[in-house]
Amino acid sequence: MNTNKETKRVTDYDMQQLIGQVLRYGVLISGIIAIIGGIWYLFQQGSGLPDYGTFHGEGEGYTSLTGIIKGLGDGSAKEIIQLGVVILIATPIIRIVFSLVAFGLERDKLYMFITLIVLSIILFSTFGGLSI
Amino acid sequence: MTILTFTLILLLGAYLAGLAGSLTGLGGGVVIIPLLTLFFHVDIRYAIGAALVASIATSSGSASAYVKEGITNIRLGMFLEIATTAGAVIGAILAIYTPVNIVAILFGVTLIFSAAMTLRKKHETALTEGSKLSYLLKLNSSYPTKDGVVDYKLRNIGGGFSIMTLAGMLSGLLGIGSGALKVLAMDSAMRVPFRVSTTTSNFMVGVTAAASAVVYLQRGYIDPGIAFPVIIGVLAGAFTGSKLLMKIDVKWLKIIFSFAITAIALNMIYNGFNHKF
Repeated sequence: MNTNKETKRVTDYDMQQLIGQVLRYGVLISGIIAIIGGIWYLFQQGSGLPDYGTFHGEGEGYTSLTGIIKGLGDGSAKEIIQLGVVILIATPIIRIVFSLVAFGLERDKLYMFITLIVLSIILFSTFGGLSI
Repeated sequence: MTILTFTLILLLGAYLAGLAGSLTGLGGGVVIIPLLTLFFHVDIRYAIGAALVASIATSSGSASAYVKEGITNIRLGMFLEIATTAGAVIGAILAIYTPVNIVAILFGVTLIFSAAMTLRKKHETALTEGSKLSYLLKLNSSYPTKDGVVDYKLRNIGGGFSIMTLAGMLSGLLGIGSGALKVLAMDSAMRVPFRVSTTTSNFMVGVTAAASAVVYLQRGYIDPGIAFPVIIGVLAGAFTGSKLLMKIDVKWLKIIFSFAITAIALNMIYNGFNHKF
């Protein structure tokens, strides 16, 4: 059977549906992980006192990916929540990667280039000489 | 106050912030920062981290619906994200050198501007003739309305792009989506129809916030104990808001909320000048 090539081509409509799904599942998964980690966190430390009046900043385990992974191994509730946060932050970035693929399938070179610029800026921001 | 009560009150506050943010179109992050700093006396840097996370959550959550409906202009969003992400990275770098009380004052000023923007008249008429660049960049598109599909063309792409860079910088510096400035760039400068500019702006907030969130996460601004009630509360609030939006008239709510926001903003500015951060 010889099907028309035009009907097989990816359209803007397909891309809209795909991006919609990526965003939905990203938010859903990160929300569920945050709830699980949050309940575990309250169970562990709920009776403690919050200390957010002064800023502590870097050095905590949950400020780097290796720290979060290490903390997950130890079953630390804060690191489970932070995994949810990382997935949430990654969701729009994954959306860009999917757009890049979709523009590629549409053979839209101009927008592949534009998407690559945005992706490079974000990756530069992520890895720009900072602790990972 | 124990961590448990702190979490529960914050959860409720974040829910209301998400609800108000989605009903008025200002976004959840705008209310989170004053709530945390003025009410809970949390350091403004933790508040910025929480607001960024809240912005990503609400943007991604609601964008998933708008994108599927075909209102969002994905190419326009993608092109302008060059400006907003570059701006956000600059903003996150500037944040290191900006004293926290200056950040608070800037936040207050942006808040007043955003409140004024929600009350302003909107363009709904689509242009039939676009600028050269709008054709070259394939930014002209169409969107579904009650009366069928409407085509629109854009102008002043350079002007819109410049305002977007500023919006990105403010977003990176203050941790908010700065949706009001994004809509100004698209609506007033480029003449994007209002429904398209709000949904496309919302679509871009997630990526813009992510560009600076990756920096703030590593700097320790995003604390898990604050992040989790904020994410869950804001998401639930925004979801309720999107359901309510179909049923109620938000005109008066917008006016009341704008005055409330202005009062909060003046408080932030006052405290900023008195170095209470």
